Amino acid sequence: MALSASKLRVGETHTARLVEDLKRTQIVQYAGASGDYNPLHTDEIFTTQVAGYPSVFAHGMLTMGMTGKMLTDYVGDARLTKYGVRFTSQVWPGDTLDATATVTEVADGVVKLDVSTKNQDGVEVLSGYAEARVDA
Amino acid sequence: MAAKTFPIEAGHIMMFARSVGDDNPVYYDAEAAKKTEAGGIIAPPTFVQSSAQFDPDYFLRPKVGQPWFGSGKNATGVVRTGGGGGGGGGGGLHAEQHYEYHRPLRAGDVLTATTFPGKTWEKEGRRSGKLVFSESVTEYRDQKGELVVTARGVGVRTERPVEQPAKKEEA
Repeated sequence: MALSASKLRVGETHTARLVEDLKRTQIVQYAGASGDYNPLHTDEIFTTQVAGYPSVFAHGMLTMGMTGKMLTDYVGDARLTKYGVRFTSQVWPGDTLDATATVTEVADGVVKLDVSTKNQDGVEVLSGYAEARVDA
Repeated sequence: MAAKTFPIEAGHIMMFARSVGDDNPVYYDAEAAKKTEAGGIIAPPTFVQSSAQFDPDYFLRPKVGQPWFGSGKNATGVVRTGGGGGGGGGGGLHAEQHYEYHRPLRAGDVLTATTFPGKTWEKEGRRSGKLVFSESVTEYRDQKGELVVTARGVGVRTERPVEQPAKKEEA
């Protein structure tokens, strides 16, 4: 269902849980689907012993993809016109993520949103924006 | 990414949507998708990232007959030269990603991707030493040559692995 401009208010928010206790298997699933097989995301031995990280970590694009579900569930299928993010902190196996869209502007059939995804400690892991076409 | 053909396949969309935890039928059920505003199976917003699958030279995929830097008998299959954290095989980390959608991307589309280099800049990072950022813009055009998605990515190379903030337990 698409959003309706007349019912949207600047400052209103939509929040969704993206994942609870992120599993390494989901990161592997994303590697396989996206084609990004960087061992930093799937190979614990390489990542801890060679790259020097405490464990494998999620692709930034997995977080952006999961956050995208929150957006498309909110604005409707085939409605997004822009979506951009910065990856502000790494996402680790075991993390629980919640994403929030906040309405910043509604004009000319378009809603503008601030987008933020945080982990279980309240640390922002993704910060960005989106725009979508809305009904009158 | 070099210019190449990127066929948008329904099975690939289904696997990609599953991997990001999205069970919306518009990504896998042709009958259900027909009844939605989209009118058929479409791709999720970040799907074009998987064009890497169709890039013959994509460096983060093991290739037949070539060394791979992930672990096997040893912790890495390639002796690394030079430092740099985060990069493993020199890939760096993903700092930003931006998309503009000119129309919905549909199963059955065949895209051609053309990448243009963008700006490069440096910054001193608190947790990882010197940071070198570089930007690239990729245009995805359909079988008629029309623009479907414009993607702008920013990658970062770090001098050393990103230091982790103290764990909660230690606080």
